[in-house]
Amino acid sequence: MTETLSAIGAVFLAFLAAVGGLARFAVQALAAAASPPYFPRLIARQVLYIGYYSLPVVGLTALFTGMVLALQSYTGFSRFNAQSAVATVVVLSMTRELGPVIASLMVAGRVGAAMAAEIGTMRVTEQIDALTTLSTDPLRYLVLPRLIAGLVTLPVLVLIADIVGVFGGFLVGTYKLEFNPVAYLTQTEQYLETMDVVSGLVKAAVFGFLIALMGCYHGYHSRGGAEGVGQATTHAVVSASILILIFNYALTQAFFSR
Amino acid sequence: MSDAAAPKIALVGVEKSFGRKRVLDGIDLTVAPGESLVIIGGSGTGKSVLIKCILGIMRPEAGSIRIDGAETVGLRRRGREQVMRKFGMLFQGSALFDSLSVWENVAFGLVQGRGMDRAAAREIALKKLAAVGLGPEVATLSPAELSGGMQKRVALARAIAAEPEIVFFDEPTTGLDPIMADVINRLIVSSVRELGATTVSITHDMVSARRIADRIAMLHKGRIVWQGPASEIDRSDNPFVDQFVHGRAEGPIQMEVRAA
Repeated sequence: MTETLSAIGAVFLAFLAAVGGLARFAVQALAAAASPPYFPRLIARQVLYIGYYSLPVVGLTALFTGMVLALQSYTGFSRFNAQSAVATVVVLSMTRELGPVIASLMVAGRVGAAMAAEIGTMRVTEQIDALTTLSTDPLRYLVLPRLIAGLVTLPVLVLIADIVGVFGGFLVGTYKLEFNPVAYLTQTEQYLETMDVVSGLVKAAVFGFLIALMGCYHGYHSRGGAEGVGQATTHAVVSASILILIFNYALTQAFFSR
Repeated sequence: MSDAAAPKIALVGVEKSFGRKRVLDGIDLTVAPGESLVIIGGSGTGKSVLIKCILGIMRPEAGSIRIDGAETVGLRRRGREQVMRKFGMLFQGSALFDSLSVWENVAFGLVQGRGMDRAAAREIALKKLAAVGLGPEVATLSPAELSGGMQKRVALARAIAAEPEIVFFDEPTTGLDPIMADVINRLIVSSVRELGATTVSITHDMVSARRIADRIAMLHKGRIVWQGPASEIDRSDNPFVDQFVHGRAEGPIQMEVRAA
């Protein structure tokens, strides 16, 4: 009995230590933003990498998500003659949930993994130690630009994903399900509120921060050569994906629970 | 050369452990201004950890590390950055930044660490590259396009670019053929002499140690088991040193097969 409790306690303490380590890492990186030097070129490079180069995969995913959503909601709603709600369901689902979550999961797979691999390789090849010896704070130089880029870029990506997803629904609605285009667009706009879009963009900013944080954290603490870098990459993607889903629920609760 | 009253680097009772394994077990060591100290010892004896403790990359659990008489253990960010400006470091694997060109690597500490204008830093980088025998045609290449020996030269140029007061060399000749190793050793001696810098090197290459050292210290199981002038290494009367210098499997040093 004592051994069982001891084992449970050890796991719980390890969990707390991991959460504490992660929080400390995030605070230290963000604290670097309080004073110069800043690295605007590095931030711009990360914005380009996270945002521009993710556009094809995010756009394609959003397009097909919107198309499937229209098709599924039409076949489902037709059972109780509610087909006219298809446009509303598509736009609300995309802006509130699917846009931010699907775009962020795709970016977590693409960018979070790459961040962990790049920083992890720098760790195991002593490039991070080299930064320190060259009077450059690695958190300020490597981590902060990625956190800022994740925070500001994901909302833009998600806004584009929202538009592309709604367009996908429009394509299926008008060409396959034979809705009137003007009626479809009117219905799309009719029940959409500012908060639906804003909540999705706030979620995107939080998810973007989490993706960058997990990529940087696991890369920064990777050990043991190529195998360690591989593990860091896996952990970055898995932990970012899980945190996105957990925070999605918490933020939905915060925005829409009455 | 040496000034015993005012050592450039002074370590007293430095201890560092990883889990249950005590890597540094009470290191006492001084390095005089302008002196070249080489620390020898087998793999896993704590040489790299010792250098990283002096650099502030790792924090010892106990002991004192003084640079120019000022305590550096426990320094916070600003203080640490001030001390770092005195240091240059050549890493074992060169540790060049993959995403930057050769000249940007050499100029990195000047541009990012000291806020120098990029054009001025580039001029200095080209001069330092020339000092280690690399022409301007190499400057725009990526580190991945260079051979191991050329990468070591670039790393040496980066280590001395900001004209540091103290330069650390971590296994400077590991992985190089004997001729390139000799080239690097000569470059280290000439460039450091030109700077007038104090140097601490770690190596298990005795040819390199003899070439660059004024004084040699031997580290074994986290302790300094011998230290003396480089010229006395062959008549130390120390069984650890004798075994290491002659590369014998038999003796007091028993190599651990497994990492602890």
